[in-house]
Amino acid sequence: MPMVNIAGKEVEVDEEGYLVDLSQWNEDIAKYMAQEEKVDLTDAHWEVVNFLREYYAEYQIAPAVRVLTKAIGKKLGPEKGNNKYLYELFPYGPAKQACKIAGLPKPTGCI
Amino acid sequence: MSDMDMEDDGSGIVKKFMFLNRKAPHGTVYALEGLEVVLITAAFDQDVSLVFTDDGVYQLMKGIDTKGIEVKDFSKTYRALEGYDIEKLYVDKTSMDARGLTEEDLIVDVTVLSDDEMKNLMEEQDVVISF
Repeated sequence: MPMVNIAGKEVEVDEEGYLVDLSQWNEDIAKYMAQEEKVDLTDAHWEVVNFLREYYAEYQIAPAVRVLTKAIGKKLGPEKGNNKYLYELFPYGPAKQACKIAGLPKPTGCI
Repeated sequence: MSDMDMEDDGSGIVKKFMFLNRKAPHGTVYALEGLEVVLITAAFDQDVSLVFTDDGVYQLMKGIDTKGIEVKDFSKTYRALEGYDIEKLYVDKTSMDARGLTEEDLIVDVTVLSDDEMKNLMEEQDVVISF
């Protein structure tokens, strides 16, 4: 699988650019992934990225987008737990793009 | 009205799907693959039941530690099923008793069924998929 150099560290990614070894994740990697996805990381983006990392730590999977939307609504409020808000942050799909930035695998059931 | 409610208004046919988990969590890929199929099926808004029977009840055990065999411990993922609106989880009493397990040993809330109740539940299904 391809290797990329991120902030002086060799990191393995899969053919779609997702981080292979989750434990290697750090903020530099998040910033690199965001750049690849053409996303400018703001606090609002970080909130979702951190939420995903917590979700993964708890359940060992990356959530499908509708599950993510619902869970965000529950934790961060209904004004954030909706497709419009999340797609504005991550135009090419919150589950796909935010998971990539968070160092998570591509969500199961991402169809 | 949420997006979910709007989807439910669609005229899609809802079938009763049962996923039957019969094997220990590790050693074969059945349990993990079965779980992934269930998570994908959740996207189609079907009526899904999960049954754990025979060694399949071990999939739901609390305190699984896979470090020694160097595979991913996916047992926590069963707790995510609720968020996927999969809330019908069943185990059969015979399998639990044979392994000295009770509901307190399991990582999620389940309904314990007798053999007769299990048989009736299976008869109600449109589709039964066994892993």
